[in-house]
Amino acid sequence: MTQIRLTTPLTDEDVEKLRIGQRVSLNGTIYTGRDAAHKRLVELIAQGKELPFDPKGQVIYYVGPTPAKPGAVIGSAGPTTSYRMDSYAPKLYELGLKASIGKGRRSEGVINALKENKGVYFAAVGGAAALISRSIKSCKVIAYPDLGAEAIHELVVEDFPVIVVNDTLGGDLYDEGIKIYAAK
Amino acid sequence: MVWILLFYSTGKAVATIQQGGGIKIKTVNTTAITEAVARMSQEANYYLGQDVLEGFQKALDEEISVTGKEILQQLIENANIAREELVPMCQDTGYAVIFVELGQDVRIEGGDFYEAIHEGVRRGYTEGYLRKSIVSHPLERKNTGDNTPAVIHTKIVPGETLRIIIAPKGGGSENMSQIKMLKPADGIEGVKKFVIDTVRAAGPNPCPPIVVGVGIGGTFEKCAQLAKEALLRELGEKSKYPDIAKLEEELFEEINKLGIGPQGLGGKTTALAVNVEIYAAHIASLPVAVNLNCHAARHKETVF
Repeated sequence: MTQIRLTTPLTDEDVEKLRIGQRVSLNGTIYTGRDAAHKRLVELIAQGKELPFDPKGQVIYYVGPTPAKPGAVIGSAGPTTSYRMDSYAPKLYELGLKASIGKGRRSEGVINALKENKGVYFAAVGGAAALISRSIKSCKVIAYPDLGAEAIHELVVEDFPVIVVNDTLGGDLYDEGIKIYAAK
Repeated sequence: MVWILLFYSTGKAVATIQQGGGIKIKTVNTTAITEAVARMSQEANYYLGQDVLEGFQKALDEEISVTGKEILQQLIENANIAREELVPMCQDTGYAVIFVELGQDVRIEGGDFYEAIHEGVRRGYTEGYLRKSIVSHPLERKNTGDNTPAVIHTKIVPGETLRIIIAPKGGGSENMSQIKMLKPADGIEGVKKFVIDTVRAAGPNPCPPIVVGVGIGGTFEKCAQLAKEALLRELGEKSKYPDIAKLEEELFEEINKLGIGPQGLGGKTTALAVNVEIYAAHIASLPVAVNLNCHAARHKETVF
């Protein structure tokens, strides 16, 4: 299946042309964040303070990698389940975030935020963590080192493989998949 | 009373001695327990079992979704990378769940048995570059930094062997697990409906293709533990009770008709196996627990 190659930061035009089910190969800088980091980001937003990175045009990958072995860029780094970030994600899309990467369903609130702010949600293959790590070329902690695996890391990725699950039109690949394959 | 030393193995870690009356007492040193737990923590995370790999291959042959096939191929490739490079197959290297079967003729020496297990987890997760995923207080949520404590289930059994199983359990699939106290009148149809509803509601979240562990009967907490124990079975191993083996088969077919598929992106392969364990129930109760496991169905064991 053909892949669409995208390089971060992403523009409205980049994400508006994406449709559910499409394979995307991501390149450039992306940021990691899980439950604990999102809680802190949203607290900073509520206080009107500056974030550790400007979300405009950026991509957040929901991941808590394993520690890197000596000589490795990063440990195993597959996606975590996204719904736990659902209460925080709309705030970040409002600030210009263009995409998040995880696995599993998003809430109606997130799907609406994608439509209103021109954003998308990608899935990476959950549990393919050793394979996915091969497309991560550099990794450094830029905020919250006290959170360990949950710290915010800045990653540089090459041909990082994702699938469009929710697009700017409100489509949902999980619903479509079941419609096609559920036994009638 | 005469004590005869029969043999030593692995230095002084394990020794079996025979009492005058013919009863054998085995002594196991806590150092050996710590070493075994440390080694198994790493092996469980690096080496996916052959049964699961065969399950992927069988699913790949039968899957009709192109995306589903691609994902299954990636999971096989991922398991191969993990094994060859000694890296975790998944970044969620799990809560260290330990099942102990302690023979009643085994004597533990050298310190606190449970502390020896926790130390094995601490060492295994630190030295093996595994993720530390445990917070000490569920509400304060500060990471313990070494993946301890383990969750330890102990069973005393006849004999003179000590069996330790580690089953690192990921949070994503654990979060999608459910328990319900059904009425006896709900019967087998009620049980099936609850299991299928749980898998349907979980959808893509627990990283399908999943292994479905089901407990039926017992009390509230016994039922949950049965569901967890059901996940320890090798893929393809059926219940020893013919009626329950039939229930497993029926649930497996129904679940794979849901269309959820690999990673929830659609397809035939939603479950790799459905394993059901049962126990006696109260006249008023029909408890059912469903413990979901992602495709990284990891477990290793050591027998002393």
